[in-house]
Amino acid sequence: MDFLLVQFLNGLASASSLFLVASGLSIIFGVSRIVNFAHGSFYMLGAYVAWTLTRGLDWVAFGHLGFWGGILIAAVVVGLLGVIVEILLLRRIYQAPELFQLLATFGVVLIVQDATLWIWGAQDLLGPRAPGMRGAIDIMGQRFPQYEMLLIVIGPAVLGLLWLLFHRTRWGTLVRAATLDREMVAALGVDQKLLFTSIFFLGSFLAALGGGLQLPREPVQLNMDLAIIADAFVVVVVGGMGSVGGAYLAALLIAELQAFMLFVPDFALFGVTVSISKMTLIPSFLVMAVVLVVRPYGLLGRPPSHARIAGAVEPVVRATPAELKWLGYAALALLVVLPFFVGDYGLIVATEILIMVLVAASLHFMMGPGGMASFGHAAYFGLGAYGAALMTKHLMAPMAVGLAAGPLLAGLFGILFGWFCVRLSGVYLAMLTLAFAQIVWSIAFQWVAMTGGDNGLLGIWPDSWATGKDVYYYLTLALCVAGVLVLRRMIYAPFGYALRAGRDSPLRAEAIGIDVVRVQWAAFTVAAVFAGLAGALFVYFKGSVFPTYASIPKSVDALMMVLMGGVQTITGPLIGAVVYMGLHEQLVRLTELWRLVLGASIIALVLAFPQGIAGFVVRLWLKGKAEDL
Amino acid sequence: MSVLAVQGLQKSFGGVQAVAGVSFAVEAGELLAMIGPNGAGKTTCFNMLMGQLRPDAGSVAFEGSDITGLAPRQVWRLGVGRTFQITATFASMTVSENVQMALLSHHRKLASFWAPATSLYADEAAALLQQVGMVDQRQRACGVLAYGDLKRVELAVALANQPRLLLMDEPTAGMAPRERVALMELTAKLTRDRGIAVLFTEHDMDVVFAQADRIIVLNRGRLIAQGTPAEVRADKGVQDVYLGSGSTFGGH
Repeated sequence: MDFLLVQFLNGLASASSLFLVASGLSIIFGVSRIVNFAHGSFYMLGAYVAWTLTRGLDWVAFGHLGFWGGILIAAVVVGLLGVIVEILLLRRIYQAPELFQLLATFGVVLIVQDATLWIWGAQDLLGPRAPGMRGAIDIMGQRFPQYEMLLIVIGPAVLGLLWLLFHRTRWGTLVRAATLDREMVAALGVDQKLLFTSIFFLGSFLAALGGGLQLPREPVQLNMDLAIIADAFVVVVVGGMGSVGGAYLAALLIAELQAFMLFVPDFALFGVTVSISKMTLIPSFLVMAVVLVVRPYGLLGRPPSHARIAGAVEPVVRATPAELKWLGYAALALLVVLPFFVGDYGLIVATEILIMVLVAASLHFMMGPGGMASFGHAAYFGLGAYGAALMTKHLMAPMAVGLAAGPLLAGLFGILFGWFCVRLSGVYLAMLTLAFAQIVWSIAFQWVAMTGGDNGLLGIWPDSWATGKDVYYYLTLALCVAGVLVLRRMIYAPFGYALRAGRDSPLRAEAIGIDVVRVQWAAFTVAAVFAGLAGALFVYFKGSVFPTYASIPKSVDALMMVLMGGVQTITGPLIGAVVYMGLHEQLVRLTELWRLVLGASIIALVLAFPQGIAGFVVRLWLKGKAEDL
Repeated sequence: MSVLAVQGLQKSFGGVQAVAGVSFAVEAGELLAMIGPNGAGKTTCFNMLMGQLRPDAGSVAFEGSDITGLAPRQVWRLGVGRTFQITATFASMTVSENVQMALLSHHRKLASFWAPATSLYADEAAALLQQVGMVDQRQRACGVLAYGDLKRVELAVALANQPRLLLMDEPTAGMAPRERVALMELTAKLTRDRGIAVLFTEHDMDVVFAQADRIIVLNRGRLIAQGTPAEVRADKGVQDVYLGSGSTFGGH
C-alpha cells in the first residue's frame, strides 16, 4: 500500500516534467500549426545550458541562486534561441505545406545535435543536486526524495500560471483567439509576427525549463531530444493539440500508467516470456491509440478550424511524358550495367539506394495519392526486416522465405495499425503513425528474448547463391524496380484514382459510392507491404537487424526523401531518395559534422524548393508549354 | 408509390430545432423545389435525405424502402444522385476523369489494381459530358474550371449512376443570373427525358417559378405551404415569411 502511494507520487513527478515540455509544444502548435520537431532539441539544450550555468554560477558560490538562477537563465537563453529560429527560418515558410515546416524543424534538430556534441562532448554529464533538496522525506515509512516532491508542485503551478497568462492578459486572449481562428485574428489587425514570435519564446522557454529541471534526476545526454519529443507528441495529441489543460491531464494519465506498469507480472506468450513491466514505452502509445479512436481530437481538444486560405490545389496526374519514360529506360539500363563499372563499394552504395527508393515509393503511395502523411513509416521497414530476420534466425528458413515473411509481417501490422490510423486525418493521423512506430521500436528494443534488444540479431546472410555483391545487387534491383512499377501502376489504376478521390474531396467520393476509409485502409496496407519488402531486402544486405531500423530518424529519412523529391509527382520521391541517400552517404564520409551539414542542407532545400525538386523541375518544364495545369 | 417519401423528419442541434417534423413526397419525373428563408432548415433536410446527417426522428423512404440513416454511399448505390451547394469535385483529375470515377464506382470497378483508369468508360463519360455541354473541356483539370462549368460537371457526375432521384442543394448558388436559368433548364430537360425525380433547394425565385412543378416552403424547420407555383405565390403565409425577412421575389 505504501509502496503504491510512493509509486503514485513518482508518477505525479514524472507527469510534471512531461507536462512542461508538452505544454510548450502544444501552445506552439495551437497558434502556428507547426509540428515542431525541434522542441525536443530545446529541451535538451535547456538541460545542457543549465548544466554549464549551474556549475559556473556555483563555482562563484552562489548556492541556491546558482542552481535555480542557472536553470531559469538557461530557459531564457533557449527561449531566445527559439525566437531566432522562428524569425530566421519558420517565418519564411508559414505559407508552405505543413510537412515542409516539419522538415525544416527536423533540420534544426540535426544541427542542434551536432552543435551540442561539439560544445559539450559525447559523454553523459552528471548535473548538480538541488541545494537544500538533497534529502528525502518520510511518507508512511517509505523514503521519497524532496526534489520529486517539488516537481509534483511545479507542474500544477506552471499550469496555473499559464491559465492566468491566457485568461487574464490581453496577450493571452490573443493567443487563445489565434488558436481558434488565426485568419480572423489577423483580419482584426493583430500583429501576427509578434504573436508568433512571442509564442515561440514561451514554448521554447517551457521546453528548456523542463530540461533544466531534469538535471538532478538524470544525466544530461545527447539522445534526450528524440527521446522526449516522442513522449511529448503523445501527450500533446492525447490531451488535444493546443490545449494546455489537456496536456496536463494526458501527462498525468501516461506518467501514472508508466509508474504502475512496473507491477504487471511476466507471462508467457507462444512459449516466449513477455515482460510487460520492462516494456515501459508501450503503454503511453497504447493510451494514445485508444484515446484517438474514441476522441479523435484528444481529451480536451476540438476540431481544427477550417483554413480559409485553400491549400495548394493538387496538380492533375497525367500520363507519363515520353521524355520521362526514355529517361526511366536510360536509368534502368545504366543500373543493369552498373556492376561492370563500379567495384564492391559502389555496388553496396547502389544496393542501399535502391532499397531506399522502394521505401520512398511506398511512403509516397500513401502520402501522395492517399493524402496520409506518415511519421512512422520506418515501422513497416523494421517489421519487414525483423520478419525476415526472425525466420532465418529462429527457424533457419532460406532467404526466399524470409523475403516473403518480411512483407507479410509488415502487411499484417499495416492492417492492424491502419485500421486505427485511417479514422483520423492530417497531423493527428501522422502522430498516430508515429505512435505505432514507437510501439514497434520499443518491442524490438525491449523484448530482448525474441529480438536481441539493442544488440539486434546478427549473422543473417543471404543463401549461398546470392552472397556475391553483384548477385545481391541484381536481386535488389529486380525486386525494387518491380515494386516501384507495381506501385506506379496502382496509382494509375482505378484503385489509385479512388484513393485520390478520397483525398481531393471525401464528401464527393462518399457521394459517388466510394468507401473512403476502406480504400485508405487498403492503401495503408499496400504501403506497409512494400516498405516491408524493402526492410527484408535490407536485412540480408546488412546481415543484421537493429531496433534503429524502426526508429524515428529512419521514419524521418523516408519523409525527407519523399518531400525533397516532391510529394505531388510520382517520380519525385525516387529522385528524392537518390539525392538524399547520396547526400547522406557523401557527408558521412567527408565530415564528422555530417548532421550539421545535412540539417543545413535540408533547411536550404526547404527554403529554395517548397515544391520539392521534382515539383520545381515540373514547373520549369511547364513554363515553356502553354498548357493549363 | 412516390420515388421519395419523407415522414415526420426531425433534427435538433443543441437547443435549436433545425427541422421539426417535415413530411413530403416527390413523384417520378417531377421537379420539386424546396424554398424558404435562410435558416429554414433546407440544407439540414437535404443532409438527412442523403445520409450525411442522422435524423432524430422520422423516416426517409426511397421507392418504398426505408433508407433512414444509411451512409451517403449506400444511398447513392440505390440510385440517388446528388449535387452540392458548394461544388465538390476531384481537383487533381480532369473533367472526364471526374465523371469516369462515378462510372467506375457505379460499375463496381474501383478495386481494380491494374488497368489504367483513364481508358475505362471514357466514351460513356464523353456522352454524359456532351449532354451537359462540357465535352469540349473534358481534358481540362477540374481545379481550373469556372464555377458555372463545375456545376455542369457535377450534374454529369450525378447522372452517371442512372439515378431515379436527384437531390440538388442550391444548384445555381454562386452563378450569374443568366447561367442559373440555363442550368436549371438543362436539368429540367435531362431529368424529364429520363423520368428522374428532382428535389432542389433554391434562393433564386426566377429559377424556382420557371422550372418547378411543385414547391414546398420551409420556415423555422416546419413546412408552411406546398403546391403549384401559382398556389405558393398566392399563399398569404409565404408572403409574410418572405416579405417579413426582407427577401424579394424575382428581380435582380
